[in-house]
Amino acid sequence: MIAELGHFALWLALAVGLAQAVVPTVGYARGNVRWMALAGSAAQAQFALVLVAYLCLSEAFRQNDFSLVYVAANSHSALPLVYRLSAVWGAHEGSLLLWMLMLAGWSFAVSIFNRRLPSEISSLVLATLGAVSVGFLLFMLLTSNPFERHFPIPLEGRDLNPLLQDPGLIIHPPMLYMGYVGFSVAFAFAIAALVTGRLDAAWARWARPWTTTAWLFLTMGITLGSWWAYNELGWGGWWFWDPVENASFMPWLVGTALIHSLAVTEKRGLLQSWTLLLSIIAFSLSLLGTFLVRSGVLVSVHAFATDPARGVFILAFLGAVVGGGLTLYAIRAPRLVRQGQMQLASREGLLLFNNVFLIAAAAAVLLGTLYPLAIDALGLGKISVGPPYFNAVFLPLMAPLAVLVGFAGTASWKRADFKVAFRPLRVLAVVALVAGIALPYLTQGRGSIAASAGAVLAVWVLATSVQEVWRRVRAKPTWIAGVRSVPRGAWGMTLAHFGLGVWTLGVAFASTFSVEKDVRLGPGQSADIGRYEFRFDGVTHVEGPNFKSDTGRVVVSFRGREIARLDPEKRLYPSQGSVMTEAAVDHNPLRDLYVAMGEPIDRGNVAGDWALRLYYKPMMRLVWFGGVLMFFGGILAASDRRYRLARRAESDIPVGAAAA
Amino acid sequence: MKPRPIVALLLAAFVGIAAALTPMEGTLTPEQDARYRVLIHELRCLVCQNQTIADSNADLASDLRKQVHDRIAAGESDDDIRRYVTDRYGDFVLYKPPLTARTAALWIAPFLLALLGIGLVLRLLRRNRSAPAAATPVDAQRLRQLLDEKDP
Repeated sequence: MIAELGHFALWLALAVGLAQAVVPTVGYARGNVRWMALAGSAAQAQFALVLVAYLCLSEAFRQNDFSLVYVAANSHSALPLVYRLSAVWGAHEGSLLLWMLMLAGWSFAVSIFNRRLPSEISSLVLATLGAVSVGFLLFMLLTSNPFERHFPIPLEGRDLNPLLQDPGLIIHPPMLYMGYVGFSVAFAFAIAALVTGRLDAAWARWARPWTTTAWLFLTMGITLGSWWAYNELGWGGWWFWDPVENASFMPWLVGTALIHSLAVTEKRGLLQSWTLLLSIIAFSLSLLGTFLVRSGVLVSVHAFATDPARGVFILAFLGAVVGGGLTLYAIRAPRLVRQGQMQLASREGLLLFNNVFLIAAAAAVLLGTLYPLAIDALGLGKISVGPPYFNAVFLPLMAPLAVLVGFAGTASWKRADFKVAFRPLRVLAVVALVAGIALPYLTQGRGSIAASAGAVLAVWVLATSVQEVWRRVRAKPTWIAGVRSVPRGAWGMTLAHFGLGVWTLGVAFASTFSVEKDVRLGPGQSADIGRYEFRFDGVTHVEGPNFKSDTGRVVVSFRGREIARLDPEKRLYPSQGSVMTEAAVDHNPLRDLYVAMGEPIDRGNVAGDWALRLYYKPMMRLVWFGGVLMFFGGILAASDRRYRLARRAESDIPVGAAAA
Repeated sequence: MKPRPIVALLLAAFVGIAAALTPMEGTLTPEQDARYRVLIHELRCLVCQNQTIADSNADLASDLRKQVHDRIAAGESDDDIRRYVTDRYGDFVLYKPPLTARTAALWIAPFLLALLGIGLVLRLLRRNRSAPAAATPVDAQRLRQLLDEKDP
């Protein structure tokens, strides 16, 4: 009964979505304000309906209703409640529902916060979001219905993939999806601008906080995903350039380019056409990413072919969104472009180069991800494109970006005198060179060209991002006045760039100085990495709620003093018969010590010798900490006072108020 | 609690899938070990979804790791070993595809794109500089902006 309610709510949501897409558009074409105003109410109704469907599916998981195909495939009566609730998005159908909930949520937010917008813009934004929702709901209802029942009803479910039974999974996908879906708002703003022809600094100021918000969620989602893979996959890696990871990274790179070009469009009224194009591409890549992750197009080409209906629908939908968006762009954009003056010696001039490198990097990731497929499809054989390729191509494109950050953050808009502006940077450049070269020796006791190069860039980014704010604060008589005088947007930029520096430092050190050891240890025996001694104290058997575990005990000492007790696990999940490695990590800001269990050497004899994998990873935490700083930087930037001021100033105008 | 041989139970179900991350006895010099680490992170485990032989527990991966290890110990060069694995498994086993006619676009396109972008941007900026400056382009811009904001 509950499942039917949810199913029904989805069909209603589809009907509402159709109305949301069509009625305001027709209203706009005919100049009918009341038809246009329907968009807001429709968005709110759709959010309520999708929420009902989502709660119904959650309730089905809570009750262990195995009469639903989806619940039976992804849950188990012994699965703890928190994982039963997060299992809702553990596979294809449910994650589409989560995606849909996010989309309806963003539309709802637009309908609430955008009453200050001119009614034609806000109704067209919502109509575009409504059209996207129709595509998604149709896809779900026709090919991927999470509420499908089956008979006979199995007595027990097949359980959630054990890989996904981790706290990281509870928050990682929702964050990621918030980001993916958030770019639909940027896309919708671009469509509205193309249709109405309103494409000015004011438009950029409306679109900007939405885009930044989408970006910060995507940043956090990717960071959490990396952290989850590190803890759960058991090989100590934090980024593999897997197609699924690339799928989230491409929209991030383009989204990052977009928030920078939006800044130029808002501050200088330039680059409008380019900003629109980026908005369309960012969302297109988000859609591509969503489908790649769950439909298995890339990881296994066959999964695509097993359900031709899904594949064809995906292609048609992508074609409609990308093709429609780009066609509209091609027709309308040339007429909207305004010629403006732009100088190389200015912040916007440097930001153009930022965009070049970010887009080239995104293109490299896309190329590397799709190239093996294309080669295979052309009958040229099979090749693999993996981490060594991406590192070799990606890093040379990123290094100039890190150099640029320091200059662009310091240069002023419009026209900068580089000689004057960059004078204070000379000292910082020397500081970066000295500190960067010295850091590997100081912290690791040995040198490395790669680590030094990374550290020089990292210190440069850190120092230049701080100095700009420092200069502004110092210009005021007191500290407090100084700190207050810097707008929140500038703090956000500083924090995000600082996060980039922290991330760079982490990557440079973790990738060059990590030590990895495969060892064979019996109870009581120990192995060394540098001055760290790992003593293996054997395993104990532990019964979990839905798994059995051989839990090892490894005691780590540094120079003879005990510093950590680690309990890495080897888990068996009997319902799926799968084995999981739960790594154990001791960390501080300077290093991670990581232990993963292999197998008993003498198979079956768990009391004997074990194969263990040990890692020492310097500055590993900085990689994620950098991502977290970017996330908070995004929050500061999106909540800048000027966006709210603009709202207050314009809220007197009764536009779109009928939506309330 | 007494340890129970759950691994034995597991192996009964998965003979041939679960294998040990077998540690090699330390016969490599530090330089050789560094080469070993780089190589095993470049080779694909062919029976896995998308993993290097360094990250995989599959039997094939551990066999290949042992092969790489023994060949390094026997004094073969990295290229010898790459040739050995590609002769057996094809280019598919290499995560870093060698530069050949069919991978030329893969290796060159990103850098070409970046150079093209830089060229376009420089041209755009130069054209702007040589164009005669409008009376007060920025003020006009600002004016339009202000007008737009007031426009409901």
